[in-house]
Amino acid sequence: MYGKGILKGLGVTLNRFFETYLDDISWWMRGKKRYYTQEGIAHRASKDARGIFTVQYPEEQLIQPEEFRYVPFLVYDEGAEGKKEVRCTSCGICAKVCPPQCIWIVRTNDPNTGKPVPEPKDFYIDMDICMNCGFCAEYCPFDAIKMDHDFAIASYDRNVYNLEKLLKPASYYAEIRPLNYNKEEEARKAKEAAKAAKAEASASAAAPAA
Amino acid sequence: MAAPASTSTVDLVARFPDSVTADARPGFSGFIVKKENLVEVATALRDEFSFDLLSSVTGVDYLAENKMEVVYHLHRTTGGPGLVIKTQVDRVDPVEVPSLINVWAGADFQEREAWDLMGIKFVGHPDLRRILMWEGFEGHPLRKDYKEAFYEEDVKPYKSRWPEGNHTYAEFKNPYRDNVKLPEGFSLDNYQPQTEDQLYFSLEKSSIKHEGDRGQELGDHMVVNMGPHHPSTHGVLRVAVELNGETITSLKPVMGYLHRNHDKIGERNTFLQIMPYTDRLDYFNSMANNFGYAVTVEKLMKIPVAERAEYIRVIMAELSRIQNHLVFIGMLINDLGSMYTPSLYAFEERELILDIFEAVSGARMMCNYFRFGGVVRDIPEDVMQKIKDLVHERLPAKTDEMERFLNENEVLVARLKGVHVLNAEEAIHHSVTGPCLRAAGVPYDLRRADPYSVYDRFDFDVAVRYNGDMYDNYLIRFDEIRQSLRILEQALKQIPGGPINSQKPQYQVRVPAGEAYGRVESPKGELAYYVVSNGKPNPYRYHVRAPSFVNLTAVETMCKGVKIADFVALLAMLDIVMGEVDR
Repeated sequence: MYGKGILKGLGVTLNRFFETYLDDISWWMRGKKRYYTQEGIAHRASKDARGIFTVQYPEEQLIQPEEFRYVPFLVYDEGAEGKKEVRCTSCGICAKVCPPQCIWIVRTNDPNTGKPVPEPKDFYIDMDICMNCGFCAEYCPFDAIKMDHDFAIASYDRNVYNLEKLLKPASYYAEIRPLNYNKEEEARKAKEAAKAAKAEASASAAAPAA
Repeated sequence: MAAPASTSTVDLVARFPDSVTADARPGFSGFIVKKENLVEVATALRDEFSFDLLSSVTGVDYLAENKMEVVYHLHRTTGGPGLVIKTQVDRVDPVEVPSLINVWAGADFQEREAWDLMGIKFVGHPDLRRILMWEGFEGHPLRKDYKEAFYEEDVKPYKSRWPEGNHTYAEFKNPYRDNVKLPEGFSLDNYQPQTEDQLYFSLEKSSIKHEGDRGQELGDHMVVNMGPHHPSTHGVLRVAVELNGETITSLKPVMGYLHRNHDKIGERNTFLQIMPYTDRLDYFNSMANNFGYAVTVEKLMKIPVAERAEYIRVIMAELSRIQNHLVFIGMLINDLGSMYTPSLYAFEERELILDIFEAVSGARMMCNYFRFGGVVRDIPEDVMQKIKDLVHERLPAKTDEMERFLNENEVLVARLKGVHVLNAEEAIHHSVTGPCLRAAGVPYDLRRADPYSVYDRFDFDVAVRYNGDMYDNYLIRFDEIRQSLRILEQALKQIPGGPINSQKPQYQVRVPAGEAYGRVESPKGELAYYVVSNGKPNPYRYHVRAPSFVNLTAVETMCKGVKIADFVALLAMLDIVMGEVDR
């Protein structure tokens, strides 16, 4: 019969139409909200999603996986009295590995000796040129630069971030990337413990000689 | 690991003792052919040695040796390693090399590209116009002595960034100051592009060409410019179509609107820095692009790939293929006039696959996931479960649904069935690879023909169909999705534990001098990279053989004699992506 194929296809779309509402009804029967809840969004982005699974951005937002990366930021540890202990040592690896070369670092020099000090004087990232590749975060040996989750940075003029604008606390980093943060903290603690053990061993080895 | 392309299978020197010498430079392979004998040798290679597929044509500018080299990569559609032949000419303008367009029509666009970017004149090419750069452009940007606008230094990293990196805007470095060469007496105000006439002249029955003698009888031919902003051209592609009534008599694609000189950017970058740029070639399949580039550089570096990473790579590449083909099907239906419903059904499944990419790599489309020797990070446990759910449950069911939805649709069948795309001979002659070649009955799939990575461990069939019409081209994508699912099932079962990179993470890799040509079966066809290293942190020459670009060579053959309404669908068959065509 001519037109059978079309009818079959229309059956598929009709099925989808009903599935959308069937899911809505079954969620409603179970007393759960399918829209504007994290659970509902997660379900609509899962393999079990049936029918339409539109997410009503910006009221609803897809759940970002931990590894999601947008423009970089600099991490600082909160020291005593709100002092910002910047992790960056201005070694320049991020500036060297950056594919579009959008990172500019000004190194601090000690005013007395003229030798470089491990803290950046200023740090610029041209966010309009940044391609969000994540190399800087990947190759930073000090875990000082990380990729952000905040993607809503549209503005009317150019986005050149300086040190002040780039700095975010380590607690923020722990919040957006808990797994990575814990892994790195553990590695750091293990390293410090190993260092302390080594220092102790060398001290005890040196003690009898003295 | 794929065996490096060996040349020992063919003894070309014995066959042509006078005109061919083996390339003896360390790290290089293949044969150097005298340019006077190039056509003769190429014809013999095609007819006697059955190298029927011209994979790539490109040039290398050896400025220090004052030589220009044209490199040809040849392959057999029956599979096996390839053959490299090269021609060297003195670097004195005009650099002239005979054109191979009569031996392989697939040389057409690639020779035009080499002319445009390197300034190598292919004698005998009937239509040697610029292809990627704009009309009136002066100079050849891939030559080693060319400096582009915003030029800072020859290679990255730029010294101004550290330790005294005070930010300046790139646009403050005026492009009109001293690093852009403009033609003498150039003024933007009274500039008239000349090549527009050349374009129309290149059309077969152009009234400009036949003025006087036959102009009258050909007078009713009309030229229609489709694009560059046309919804059916999949981006900024323009096609000058010459029509007799509604029938296409001749057409020429015009491209370069999205050109950013990927090759030149690559030569400025370090080896690692190229990786995220490859994402932007075929932006639907950044995983496949990463794959090809990683395979090529690993060949040069002679390093193994971690076992687990090989499987992760295969999983990602095949997921990428599935979503690409789904989008192809959706967009094809879109091009045929059924707006949105089928294409959005396709996008739904793609969405789920992109979620996986995002969870493992951090980005949905610009994945930047591969590193030399492995991948960036392991697949987390929950994402692995998600992949398994998709592969075992959702995707097979949804592929079935898609077929039920569309395959028997009478309108679709009427539009697609019996409309000839390419037959096997035409496809091979024009260097067409990928699903279009396989739909014409040539079972040429690099995963089988020249296996790379761990593809030789999987049990799958090369999808092939024999009619070469649009309907077969459409159905073969479903076949390939099913085969990809088969590979995925096996890969997910076999994937071993262990490290995900055989190398230590390093931002400066040491690549020994030499050349490498690595190719992978991207969803659009044969994606290949040609990289020449001179031992420095940056590649000396970096070239991408983009499947979309080369496949587009066949578009005129495909479309001659068909109605203009079918042109849109035929163009969709090639599954081009402008990020890759224009590079």
